Amino acid sequence: MELADIIIKFILIVIIFAISLVIAMYSTYAERKIAAFFQDRIGPNRAGPWGILQPLADGGKMFLKEEIIPTNASGFLFIAGPSLAILTACIGSAVIPWGQKLTLGSHVIDLQVADINVGILYIFGVVSLGVYGVMIGGWASNNKYSLLGAIRAASQNISYEISMGLSIIALLMVTGTLSLREIAQQQQGWHWNVIYQPLGFLIFIICAFAETNRTPFDLPECETELVGGYHTEYSSMKLGFYLFAEYINMFISSAVMATLYFGGYNMPFIHHFGFSENLVTILGVVFLFIKIFAFIFFFMWVRWTIPRFRYDQLMDLGWKILIPLAIANIVITGIWITFIK
Amino acid sequence: MEPLSNKRKLIESKPLNFLERAYLPAILSGLAITMRHFFRKPVTISYPEEKREFSENFRGMHSLKRDEDGKERCTACGLCALSCPAEAITMIAAERQPGEENLYREEKYAAVYEINMLRCIFCGLCEEACPKEAIYLDGDIVPADYLRKDFIYGKDKLVEAPLNQ
Repeated sequence: MELADIIIKFILIVIIFAISLVIAMYSTYAERKIAAFFQDRIGPNRAGPWGILQPLADGGKMFLKEEIIPTNASGFLFIAGPSLAILTACIGSAVIPWGQKLTLGSHVIDLQVADINVGILYIFGVVSLGVYGVMIGGWASNNKYSLLGAIRAASQNISYEISMGLSIIALLMVTGTLSLREIAQQQQGWHWNVIYQPLGFLIFIICAFAETNRTPFDLPECETELVGGYHTEYSSMKLGFYLFAEYINMFISSAVMATLYFGGYNMPFIHHFGFSENLVTILGVVFLFIKIFAFIFFFMWVRWTIPRFRYDQLMDLGWKILIPLAIANIVITGIWITFIK
Repeated sequence: MEPLSNKRKLIESKPLNFLERAYLPAILSGLAITMRHFFRKPVTISYPEEKREFSENFRGMHSLKRDEDGKERCTACGLCALSCPAEAITMIAAERQPGEENLYREEKYAAVYEINMLRCIFCGLCEEACPKEAIYLDGDIVPADYLRKDFIYGKDKLVEAPLNQ
């Protein structure tokens, strides 16, 4: 690898990192604004025009708050928890293809940090690591509410990862590759995977809600029962990291869903216009982000619509409904591939 | 038994059918409801900039009235203080001196008239008790403040502005 390539990759990483953080920041604002609109309110509107500086004010507040580490907390793990949460949230974006190739002079820039051939497995690995941040933080707090939240997070993630994996297996049977770049490439035009895998997508999106700890599966931090769940004892920017990690996770899982099921950066009919290749690439990136924002909006829309599941209902749904459905989906896909396709 | 009103509604509890148990149709209809609200006009009134109109019989901050010549109506009879269930009103009466006829309507007036706004419950009994139509609760909301002592409103805050001099 040449030096120029390394520099380009580095710049790409920094840009993606910055974009994830900014989107996470503004997701908090969007969340509050959208919640307000759903409830016939206005939402934050004091900091800057329409309140667009609200995330900065919130962030500033987070930094200035007093850092409290409880006396009986396990000191190292207490700090490791939120660090791990935000770390695993951020590294998920490495394998997502953000766009096609961009040609700048003699350089061809691949708008993907790492095109590894097991991209989906990587995402899965990172997602399952994500629960450690929550578990370690909850356990290290030495608080019964935190511990309960951590236990809930662990059991919830374990249960929903299975059906998520099974729904992905059906998708992989259709695509025949684990590389996200190839999966995105296959969906050119209108061949979006959601058309071939509607049930798989439904299972995947339900599991994505559970994995990102969003309502209706936000049991690990449910305020009504567990004070604050796993982050009860956290204050200042350590709390900020947990909240941030949730929004970055939401962004990444939206990006994964858009890539796996909704054609990624592909725009239908774009080739009829005869744009130059670079313009098509840039439009593709914009289109991918539109899809991602649509998913983020959907996450929030669901949050402000339906109430939280009860814990036994959550386990029922995961083990008794989603896993059999996902297995049935695999069987149906298998039959479809062998006999019809 | 004959129902007393025709409002009674018999509720049958029947087992959920498949669509209801599937839960997703219910979620979709819920999403439709929230989406309708998304485009509805917000009901918020941005308070300091916009004020909601008070109803006609709203009881706000007290004001001590003047008569048509600009003289204070209050004669410090103490009926308002007596009627006050929260014991928020105190006053000290004084005799009108010669030369003060343009200030006070009658021979006696309130030299000190204080209402503790933290005690006041805005019931309006002082207004009803007053024989001279001197006190009315026709003002705005009592503003917030930092210290308790600042909520004891004296004549400087209560008495109506004098007629144009």
